[in-house]
Amino acid sequence: MIGAIGRRAALFAWTGVVFVFIFAPIISTITFSFNSARFPSLPWAGFSLKWYAAVLTGTTIRGSFTNSLVVAGATAVIATFIGFATAYVDYRYRFTGKTVYMALAALPPTVPVVILGVAMLTFEARLDLYGSLTGIIVAHVVLCAPFATALVRMRLADLDPDLEPAAWNLGATLWRTMSGVILPFCAAALLAAFFMAAAVSFDEFMIAWFVSGTHETLPVRILDMLQGQVSPRINAVGSLVFGVSITLVALAQLLSARRASNADRRGRDE
Amino acid sequence: MRPAALVRREARREAVRFALFWGAPSLVWQSLFFLVPMGFLVAMTFWSVRNFRLTPDFTLANWKFVLGASFFHSAYLYTLELSLLTSAAASIIAFPSAYALAFAVSARLRGLFVSMLLVPFFTSYPVRIYALEIILSPKGVINRTLADVGLAPIHLIGTPTATVIGYLTLALPVVVLLQTLALAGVDRTLVEAAHNLHCSRVRTIASVVLPSARTGLTVSAAFAFVLTFGDYIAPLYLGGSKPPTLSILIADQVKSGNNWPRASVVAVTMIVTLAAALAVMLGLAYRNPKGRS
Repeated sequence: MIGAIGRRAALFAWTGVVFVFIFAPIISTITFSFNSARFPSLPWAGFSLKWYAAVLTGTTIRGSFTNSLVVAGATAVIATFIGFATAYVDYRYRFTGKTVYMALAALPPTVPVVILGVAMLTFEARLDLYGSLTGIIVAHVVLCAPFATALVRMRLADLDPDLEPAAWNLGATLWRTMSGVILPFCAAALLAAFFMAAAVSFDEFMIAWFVSGTHETLPVRILDMLQGQVSPRINAVGSLVFGVSITLVALAQLLSARRASNADRRGRDE
Repeated sequence: MRPAALVRREARREAVRFALFWGAPSLVWQSLFFLVPMGFLVAMTFWSVRNFRLTPDFTLANWKFVLGASFFHSAYLYTLELSLLTSAAASIIAFPSAYALAFAVSARLRGLFVSMLLVPFFTSYPVRIYALEIILSPKGVINRTLADVGLAPIHLIGTPTATVIGYLTLALPVVVLLQTLALAGVDRTLVEAAHNLHCSRVRTIASVVLPSARTGLTVSAAFAFVLTFGDYIAPLYLGGSKPPTLSILIADQVKSGNNWPRASVVAVTMIVTLAAALAVMLGLAYRNPKGRS
């Protein structure tokens, strides 16, 4: 008995250590962003918001933050559209070469971003897309669309496949069924896909680093800051970035969770 | 032509238009902005740089140069070694935690921990590496604590150990997550049957749990390998680029060397390596278990 309790305690202690290791950098960043000392170390030198003030008034950081918002917003819109279209095609149609079609749609996130970055750079330099926000958006859509596809596809899995033919039989056109049945059913998933794509784009640093040129996004700016000296401003800007990304992902999860609880309710009604 | 046939034909045309409208976006976008750039990357390996200008060409010079260079050999072996090491270490470190989350906590708590494990994926990796740089630095928390208890400081920044620590922050959340999901899918009745037959705990894990969860466990190790093999941040900021990894070679060739064809050669060798490694690992993961006995 004592052996069993000891074993459980050891398992939980080990799990605790693993989680502390995983979360230590995040906790340390947030903690030291409020520390007034220049070098982030213990003992604690006093609470201060000065690094946040320095970050929020710095024009280069503000400019890169605006760039990031534009890129994340545009990427999310396009990626959500492509993601929905792909998920719907996967849900509705069977055709020769579908495996290849879906593989192409899902493949980009499996390629290391450093390789995608070089590929995009060499390609976009030819098209004069290099160094523009459009160039970053184009590349980010490639990376983010598969995430959107996955979220919408999960939602469509809950849609009765006979519902659409029923609407057609009642005389609704394909387009009318799409706007009256499919899209309302997927509304929450579409928003979730939007936030998820925005989060992935907002956090992406490597491809943007290769193709952004002078139009730096925030993560690229942070990379540049890392190359310089130790600066507590990095903790402040890092905490802000954590905040934005986690809010986006939390929204996406919340919207997906609503889907799950809806499905539960339906299950109980039946 | 009879109107009914006409209507049917029009409806069929409309159906094709509808299917193309939804089918085309992904195909067009990912072909144009993913396949073509990747193909272009391969083509680029045969181009040449003349007077600092990129020139379309068909030369094997870049391949000969890179594959023959000793700096490439050492970077390749070093990157491979560190990624394999991290993949193995992450799998071993993660296993007890995944085991605890899969078997020793309620489904509700497991869900909470699983969503927690998604957080690192969305918290800026460079910032987390910067935080680790501070934690591991000579004046950082670890060395302060060591000094307080009278121990000698450990110099980690600029060593391969620090790179592996960085790799682990990247890989561990994913590995714990996937292992937990894999173990949670193991049939409980099999585990109970083993207990009833007085199978020891270690033996149960070795002959029931591990084989049942083999696919998930191998896939999680493969994930760790892919993630770390292409990482640029940890080896640069924690390892101090001593020695450089393949991704650092790529970045250097592009940013300072301005030799895109050589960077492309390194990138293509990385893709080939990853594809081969994945083929082996997924082959192991999905191999028919009957083939063994």
